[in-house]
Amino acid sequence: MEGTKTRNILIAGVGGQGTLLTSRIIAWVLVDMSYDVKVSEVHGMAQRGGSVVSQVRYGSKVYSPVIKKGDADILLAFEKLEAARWLNYVKPAGKVIINDEQVDPLPVISGKMKYPQNLEKQIVGFINDATLVKATDIAVSCGEIRAANVVLVGILASVLNLPAEKVKEAIKEMVPPKALTVNIKAFEAGYNLV
Amino acid sequence: MKNLMIGNEAVARGAYEAGVRAATAYPGTPSTEIVSKLAEFSDVYSEWAPNEKVALEVGAGASIAGVRTLVAMKHVGVNVAADPLYTFSYTGVNGGLVLVSADDPGMFSSQNEQDNRGYGKFAKLMVLEPSDSQEAKDFTRLAFHLSEYFDGPIMLRITTRLAHSQTLVELGEIEQVEIKEYKKEAPKYVMLPGYAKERHIAVEQRIIKQREYAETSELNVIQWGDRKLGIVTSGVSYQYVKEVLPHVSVLKLGIVNPLPERLIKEFAAGVERLVVVEELEPFIEEQIKIWGITVEGKNIFSLVDEYTPELVEEKLLGNQQGNDFQFKNDLPGRPPLLCPGCPHRGVFYTLNRMKLTVMGDIGCYTLGALAPLEAIDACICMGASIGSALGFEKAKGDAYDRKTVAVIGDSTFVHSGITALIDVVYNKGTSTVLILDNDTTAMTGHQNHPGTGVTIDNKPTHKLDLEALVKAIGVEHVRIVDPLRLNELRKVLQEELARLEPSVIIAKRPCALIVKDHPKQKYFVDDDKCKSCKLCIKIGCTGISFNDETKKAYFNEHNCVTCGLCPEVCSFDAISLKEEH
Repeated sequence: MEGTKTRNILIAGVGGQGTLLTSRIIAWVLVDMSYDVKVSEVHGMAQRGGSVVSQVRYGSKVYSPVIKKGDADILLAFEKLEAARWLNYVKPAGKVIINDEQVDPLPVISGKMKYPQNLEKQIVGFINDATLVKATDIAVSCGEIRAANVVLVGILASVLNLPAEKVKEAIKEMVPPKALTVNIKAFEAGYNLV
Repeated sequence: MKNLMIGNEAVARGAYEAGVRAATAYPGTPSTEIVSKLAEFSDVYSEWAPNEKVALEVGAGASIAGVRTLVAMKHVGVNVAADPLYTFSYTGVNGGLVLVSADDPGMFSSQNEQDNRGYGKFAKLMVLEPSDSQEAKDFTRLAFHLSEYFDGPIMLRITTRLAHSQTLVELGEIEQVEIKEYKKEAPKYVMLPGYAKERHIAVEQRIIKQREYAETSELNVIQWGDRKLGIVTSGVSYQYVKEVLPHVSVLKLGIVNPLPERLIKEFAAGVERLVVVEELEPFIEEQIKIWGITVEGKNIFSLVDEYTPELVEEKLLGNQQGNDFQFKNDLPGRPPLLCPGCPHRGVFYTLNRMKLTVMGDIGCYTLGALAPLEAIDACICMGASIGSALGFEKAKGDAYDRKTVAVIGDSTFVHSGITALIDVVYNKGTSTVLILDNDTTAMTGHQNHPGTGVTIDNKPTHKLDLEALVKAIGVEHVRIVDPLRLNELRKVLQEELARLEPSVIIAKRPCALIVKDHPKQKYFVDDDKCKSCKLCIKIGCTGISFNDETKKAYFNEHNCVTCGLCPEVCSFDAISLKEEH
């Protein structure tokens, strides 16, 4: 993959939503396609329901494991507020995919703040290419709400033009065998959505 | 094909390639995955030690016995292990020993931001610092050879960003290493003053040899580019420099202690402006200044927090990076919080309601300090809660102790709480200590410890009996409670606080994330009974929220694990289980 300009994907969500698995599946496929790949993850305390982000960078030669602010080509957000929080990392001509999911953070639950309304409309005002997807609903229709992250893998893989068979191989490597069927179904639903 | 590995896995792989035969650690983010990965190899003895001091001592023993040994810990763990570290530096090794210090610039999961390169200098250790996973593997492997060659432990210093970034690694061959012969050699290994004086001389000679090695090592390289600007850097900062300033001259240091004087002088002489880019302390910069060279660093860059590529670009090129989209309202933050069903929640809710002064400790339960629980008054380091509670009592008088408790987790108690409890009994304290026993080391990802009765490789072992242990220490009043039964917990707390003797309350319930069989039945809020008092919201659980329009509480069923805490909190009996279908 000589001479390929580095592409930057930011995957944002809430600790426990499965952002780590998503970035690992996508990265596995990119390595298989012979790119230089770097992925940055968050472990430890921040994972406990906090705001988490995985960063995937690939091209012919990648230095920094983290994306420079304002340099992300794609932001895949598992949750609406997290889409807004990480939006400053996206290029003006970048793409934003937002899962239509609201997870109230502690300041909202405890009544100190309100969950901001119409975030998706405001985001479209800043970044033209922003799409709202219903990965959680799709995962439920596939029979497992927890597979929403793999629906989003499907959507991202399709946007990146990754070969579906390769992604399925990666999913097979990374999910427990008894969850494989539902995850493949969730992946296909996401992949065929766009 | 190359493999994508986080830095920690690459360190483990490097050690394995070097023929490591012993690996010890106490779990601590961002270091944990190193030894949990090595535990997957059946030909490496791996263990979770009760704390970092013991881990390093076990490591020292294995090294003296003649095998290559890796010891891993987070930066603050090195504080705990500092005592054996300084003197093990004197004895030197038999089998090579590599100590991995995983520092946490940005404090993703730590209580301070200390820069452990300082330990390297202070304890006279050679310190290597990789900048990606390939180097993490290669440097670790090399470090074992250097340790044996120079007869001293080597520190491999990594940071969170390296430990938890995946980059490509080309695997190497596995070395076949013979176990070295052990010969009794008291002047080398027995650090009596007479012997230690000789060893101190050996240590000073060693650092001179290591300095000479650093001058020509391929780990320290000059990459000549545009000579208007020369950057001296190491670790992940190197990657940021290459990302945003691909054309400048760079001196990349893989050995950060001791520093190569001639190489740095040669580089400085070859560039118009010299800048050090290093996170946290001006470790490299100060040494360069001592040599009388004009250099910039912390006059431009911060002493605080993790660096980023945009920061390096802004400081060196003056570009302001990124967009600044302004949303109509401030975005609510999303701090980490206790999981739904977490057994700690009931404890902190109760401590808050009882308005107690709480000396806290290190673990998931430190989150009990945050709103809305806000129950913790102080938290310093692993094991500090019990000693702090005793100090508080002695300072304020024991009347104050009637409303002070120490709160400590099971793994943390075993790590460094036991000796403080001995102090409470010995010095006639009357402290009440709450041990939150969730049967795991939760925050670092659920590692076993002596109290779980299971080893790192999932083999059954003797299970430390906390109740028997605290009784043996001399605490006569030991109570065991379920932290989700709030009335009982409160009653026991009141009784034990009133007592003018030391007492321990063990709040026993497994971590909600290791429980496999949460009840299937779900709760609902009876809107007729809900009086909008929001008491259920004060437990800070993502399983239950309040609807501002209907003025009623409601459940988020995906999150709720039916732990039973909120029905205990509700004064109006408005929360009930749904009928099963």
